[in-house]
Amino acid sequence: MAAPETSTAAVPTLYTNNALRNAFGGVLAFFILLLIGVMAFSIRLFSVIKYESVIHEFDPYFNYRVTQFLAKNGIYEFWNWFDDRTWYPLGRVIGGTVYPGLTLTAGTIWWLLNSLNIPLSVETVCVFTAPIFSAFASWATYLLTKEVKGTGAGLTAAALLAMVPSYISRSVAGSYDNEAVAIFALIFTFYLYIKTLNTGSLFYATLNSIAYFYMVCSWGGYTFIINLIPMHVLLCIVTGRFSSRLYIAYAPLVVLGTLLAALVPVVGFNAVMTSEHFASFLVFIILHVVAFVYYIKGILTPKMFKVAVTLVVSVGLALCCAVIAVLIALVASSPTKGWSGRSLSLLDPTYASKYIPIIASVSEHQPPTWPSYFMDINVLAFLVPAGIIACFSPLSDASSFVVLYIATSVYFSGVMVRLMLVFAPAACITSGIALSQAFDVFTRSIKFQLPGISSNTEVDAAETSSAPAEAQNGAVKTEKSEETSKNRPSKKSKKKEKEEKPLTKAKAEKKRLLALPLDSSVISLLLLILLGAFYVVHCVWAAAEAYSAPSIVLTSRSHDGLHVFDDFREAYAWLRHNTDVDDKVASWWDYGYQTTAMANRTVIVDNNTWNNTHIATVGTAMSSPEKAAWEIFHSLDVKYVLVVFGGLVGYPSDDINKFLWMVRIGGGVFPHIKEPDYLRDGQYRIDSQATPTMLNCLMYKLSYYRFVETDGKGFDRVRQTEIGKKYFKLTHFEEVFTTHHWMVRIYKLKPPKNRIRGKTKKSKSKTSSTSSRAKRSGTGKKNPWH
Amino acid sequence: MEAPIRAREILGFTLLFLLFFVCSSSPSHNLLISDAERRIDLTSHIVKVYLTLKVENADSTPTSEILLAFPPNHVDHLATVEALVTKGKRKKTTLARLDVKPTELPDAPNGTKYFTIYLANPLNSGESTTLEVLYLFTHSLEPFPAEIGQSESQLVYYRDSALILSPYHIKQQTTFIKTPSTKVESFTRVEPTNRAGTEMKYGPYEERPPYSFSPILIHFENNSPFPVVEELVREVEISHWGNLQVTEQYTLVHGGARHKGVFSRVDYQSRPSLNGASSLRYLLARLPPRVHSVYYRDEIGNISSSHLRTDSRKSELEIEPRYPLFGGWKATFVIGYGLPLQDFLFESSDDRRYLNFTFGCPLLDTVVDKLTVKVVLPEGSKDPSAVVPFPVEQHLETKYSYLDVVGRTVVVIEKKNLVPVHNSPFQVYYTFKPIFMLAEPLMLASAFFLFFVACVAYLHTDLSIRK
Repeated sequence: MAAPETSTAAVPTLYTNNALRNAFGGVLAFFILLLIGVMAFSIRLFSVIKYESVIHEFDPYFNYRVTQFLAKNGIYEFWNWFDDRTWYPLGRVIGGTVYPGLTLTAGTIWWLLNSLNIPLSVETVCVFTAPIFSAFASWATYLLTKEVKGTGAGLTAAALLAMVPSYISRSVAGSYDNEAVAIFALIFTFYLYIKTLNTGSLFYATLNSIAYFYMVCSWGGYTFIINLIPMHVLLCIVTGRFSSRLYIAYAPLVVLGTLLAALVPVVGFNAVMTSEHFASFLVFIILHVVAFVYYIKGILTPKMFKVAVTLVVSVGLALCCAVIAVLIALVASSPTKGWSGRSLSLLDPTYASKYIPIIASVSEHQPPTWPSYFMDINVLAFLVPAGIIACFSPLSDASSFVVLYIATSVYFSGVMVRLMLVFAPAACITSGIALSQAFDVFTRSIKFQLPGISSNTEVDAAETSSAPAEAQNGAVKTEKSEETSKNRPSKKSKKKEKEEKPLTKAKAEKKRLLALPLDSSVISLLLLILLGAFYVVHCVWAAAEAYSAPSIVLTSRSHDGLHVFDDFREAYAWLRHNTDVDDKVASWWDYGYQTTAMANRTVIVDNNTWNNTHIATVGTAMSSPEKAAWEIFHSLDVKYVLVVFGGLVGYPSDDINKFLWMVRIGGGVFPHIKEPDYLRDGQYRIDSQATPTMLNCLMYKLSYYRFVETDGKGFDRVRQTEIGKKYFKLTHFEEVFTTHHWMVRIYKLKPPKNRIRGKTKKSKSKTSSTSSRAKRSGTGKKNPWH
Repeated sequence: MEAPIRAREILGFTLLFLLFFVCSSSPSHNLLISDAERRIDLTSHIVKVYLTLKVENADSTPTSEILLAFPPNHVDHLATVEALVTKGKRKKTTLARLDVKPTELPDAPNGTKYFTIYLANPLNSGESTTLEVLYLFTHSLEPFPAEIGQSESQLVYYRDSALILSPYHIKQQTTFIKTPSTKVESFTRVEPTNRAGTEMKYGPYEERPPYSFSPILIHFENNSPFPVVEELVREVEISHWGNLQVTEQYTLVHGGARHKGVFSRVDYQSRPSLNGASSLRYLLARLPPRVHSVYYRDEIGNISSSHLRTDSRKSELEIEPRYPLFGGWKATFVIGYGLPLQDFLFESSDDRRYLNFTFGCPLLDTVVDKLTVKVVLPEGSKDPSAVVPFPVEQHLETKYSYLDVVGRTVVVIEKKNLVPVHNSPFQVYYTFKPIFMLAEPLMLASAFFLFFVACVAYLHTDLSIRK
C-alpha cells in the first residue's frame, strides 16, 4: 500500500538519494495506515461496547433481512426474490428494487468465513461490515489525497476521515446501511479516476469502471460520481487541460461504466435513459469532438485547419442544434423532466416540500442547520478554505478535481442532511492537504532556524516523522492554521521551488530561505496540535455519546442508575411468538422494516416508500375515526395495529408527534382528510383545546386508551400537557398487548359483527360504555368462529 | 359438571368389575399388599405421587419382582418412577434405591402398562417388605375452562382413580390429595371421602381385588404458572484450552389455560395479584458455580432483564422473558455461559477422559418435553461413549467450528418428558491426544508464514516483459 517511492513527494528529504531513508518512510507510512485502519474500526465499536452487537435503526433491518435471505437461499434466489411479507397485498420485488452492493458484500464475507469454518452468524458479519469498510474508506482517502498532494497530506486526510463524526454517524457497528460501503466505493472510484488521470494507464481506467460498478451496486448516490467526473472533464477541457490522459480517464469509464451499471437490476436502462446520466453522455461527445479537433490540428497545416474549422463548425452547429432540440423535447415531455423525485429535490430544494410530502417527512432529507455542520465535521469546516487555497498552488488536474468535489458537495450537503456524508470525505481531503502543508512549512522553518543542531540526525528523524506523527494524533488544525496557510501559499510555493535546488548544497544558504521566525512557527505548531486534539476529543465524544445509540433500545440515566427501555423488541418478540404467521400488522411506515425483520410478520407499508397511495391509505386510517379506520384496515386484511406511544416515559419520536405527516400524506391522496381539521388555530395540540377531529381520530384513541388510569390525570410527558379526552372506550379495536413502558401498543381488530344482530338491535340509546360491552360479549357468543 | 362425573363413575365401576373378572387369571397373584398409602401432590404443575406399599409374599416360592400398574393414558405423561426399600429394623431404617423397568405383560387388561421393581433380596414366602415409590406426571392437569381472561384465575381438572391400580389384592388403602389452595370447585366422592383445608382423603378402602379402579375428577384452582420447555437444546463444547462453553436454546410456553381477549398493561401493573395471577413473570435457572460470561438473548438481541447471583456453591440466574407469559404464549431465548474445565473434565483410570456434567434443564420447576444434549468433543477425540443413568436415545454427529479440518465429534443424547428429577450427572468418555490442541495454532502460523513468503517472493520477482 505504501510503496517506498511514495514518500519522496511529501517528506522533502535532505538527501534525495538516500534509499534507506525512503524505505524507512515507506514502512512508517504503512504502519501509520495500519493504525489508522485500526482506529477507524475501533472508534466505531462504542455501540457494541455500550449497548450490544445489534443491528441499528430502521433501514439496516431491511438490509439485514435481505442478507439473511441471501445467506440462506443463495444468489439466484435472491435476484428472483418476491417478498410477500411487505406492502401487503402488493408485495415487493426485492431482487429488482434493491441496491445489492451492501448485501452481496456482507453475504460474500459471511460465505468466505463459513467456508473457512469460522461460524460467525449473519448478524455479526452485518454488524461489523460498516466499521471494516470505514477502515477501507480511510485507506482509499489516503490513496486519493496522495495522488493529489503527496503522502503527508494523504496520511493526514486518512486520519481525519477515520474519525470524522459525519461518517461515524452512518457507519458505527450495527449501522448496516448502504452508505457504509458506498462511501468507500465513492472515494475509491475518485482515487482510480485521479490515478488514471495522472498515469494515463488503461489498467487503472478499467479498474475505475469496476469501482464505479461497485458504487452503482451500493448506493443511489452513484449519480454524484457520474455527474461530478463529467463536470471535471468539462472543466479540464475548458481550461485548456485536455490531454490523452484525460481521454483515457473518462472515455472507458463512460462506456464500460454505463454497460456495467445497466447490469444492476435496480438501475437497468435508467443508466442510459434518465436525466441524471445525461451529462456524462454529453461530455462524452464533447470530449470526442475536442479529441478529434486536436487530432486534425496535428495532421493539418494551420491554414488548412482554419478552413476545416469553419466548415465543421457551420455544419456541426446545425446538426447539434437539431439533436439538442429533439433531446429537450423528449425530456420536457416527461412530467418530472426525466429526473427522479429525489434528484429533483436536490436541484430545487423546495420541490419535495411542495409536491412529495413523503420525501419531505423524512428527517434526513431536511436541510441541515449550522450547528449540525459543527457537530458533523467540527474544525474541518475552518480548514476547508485553507485546503482549497492549497489546492490552487499549484493547480493540477487532480487538485482541480478536489476543488470541484468540495464545491459541489457543499451545495448538496446544504440541501439534505444526509448528503453531509458525501461532503465529509471532501472536507477531510482538503483539510488534510491544508494541515499537511501547514506542518510542512512550520517544521521546515523550525529546522532551518535551529543552527546548532542542524547537523544532528535527531532533526532528520523528527522531520521524517512529522507528517506521520500528526496523522497519528488524528488531526491537527486551528483557525490560525487556516490564516497562516492562507497567507502563506505564494511564499511557500516559491520557497519550495527554491528549496529543490539549494537543499543539497550548504546549510548556510538554507537559513536565508526561511520565511517564518522560530517562535511563531513553534507556537503555530502547538496551536495546530491543540486543534487536532480538540478534533479528536470531539470525534470520540460524538462516536461514544451522540451516534452509538442503536435506537431500538433506549437507555436513560437517573439517580438510581441506568434504566433500559427495550420496549420495541418486547413488542416485536411478542408479535413473533404469539400471533399467527400470516397475520398482517399495520403501523406507520417507519416501523415496517423492523416489524418484518424482528417480528417476521406481514406489514402493509414499510420504509421503502415506493407507493404513496398505500402509505396514504394507512395515514388516512390513522387519521379517521374508529369506525372508518376499522373499515379501511379490515379491507386491507389487517389483524393487528401497532402504535408507538412515548407519553408515559417521554419518548419524543412517537406516533403522535409524527401524526401531522400522516394527515398530510393521507390528505394528499384522500382529500376528505384536511390538515386544518386537526389544528386549533394553526397549532397542533392534544390537550382539551384540541379539535374534536383530533380527539376522535384513531391515532389519538389508540395512543391514549386507558392512559388516564396510570396517573389519574393523563399527563403526557412528551407534549407536557394533560390529554384532552381522558375516558373513552374502543368499539372496534381491543388492546392485546402493551409493552412495559407503554412505548408500543398493539391492538387487534374486533371481528366483524353479525349482520342480523346489528339490524335487530335498536336499543342503542344506552350509554356508549355499556353498549360497547354488550356488543363485545355479544360478538363473542354469536361468532364462534372468532 | 355433575353429570359427566356420574357417568364416569358408572363407567368406572363397570370397568372395575370387568377388570375383576379378567384379572383372576393374572400370573402375579402370589403377592398381596397389606397396606397402601398414596399421597398425591397437586400444588405445582408437576403431579407428584408418593406411594407407600407394604408387600407380602403369600406364595410358596420366593420372588424378587413386584409389579406396578398404570392406566395407559397415565403412562404417556409419566416422567419418572423411583422405588426405594426400607431396610433395617425400626429407628435404624435406611433407604435403598431399587431398579425399576417398564415391562410388557402379554395379557394386560385394557392396555394396562407395568413397571417392575426388582428387589435386591428376594422376598421369601410369608415375608413382607415396605416399598416407597415416587412417580411424577407431567401435563396431567387439564385447564378447565381452557381459555381464561386476564383477571380470571386458573382452574384445572385432575383425573385419577380413588383406588390404587394394582395387579395385587390390596387389603387396605388410603389416598391423600393435596391441592394448592382451599378453592376446590368440585370433586368426585367415593365414600369414605373427607376434605379438610387443602387436603382430601379418599379411603380407607379395604379388601379391594386386583385391578380395582374408581375414577375420580377434581376441579380446583391452581394459579401457579405452568412453565413448559417444548424443546431444549443444550450444547456443551469442550475446549482443552480450559473452557467449557454451554449454550442452551429454549422454546418456552406457558402450558396453563390459554389467555383470551384483552391484555391490559394498566391492570397488570396496578393490580398484579388479581390480574394475571397465573402469568409467568420470571424463571430461575440454577447454574454450576464459577460460571462466567453468562448471556441471555434471543434472535433479535440481548434481553436486559436478568440477574446473576453467584456464590461458592452455586450460581443463580434469574431471567425474565421479554414479556410476561400468559397461558399459551410462547417465547424463545438462549442462555449461554462458560465454565472452568477442571471442574467437569476428569481422567479415568484407563487413560480416557470423561466429562461429568448435569443432565436436564437448569430452570427450576420446569417440564421439558424434549431435551437434546449435544456434547461437542475437541477435534481429534476418539471412541466417544455416554453413560446416562436413565434410558435415552443417542447418536453421533460431526460439527465444524473455528478452523476445523476433520470436524468435531458430537455426542447427541435425546430424551423426552423431563422433570427436575432428571438433573443428575452423566458422563461422556473419550480419548484425546493433547497434540491435537496444537493443530489449529500451527495451521494458522504456517498459513501466515506462507503468506509472507509469497509476499517476499512477489516483491523480489520482476515480472515485467520489457527490461
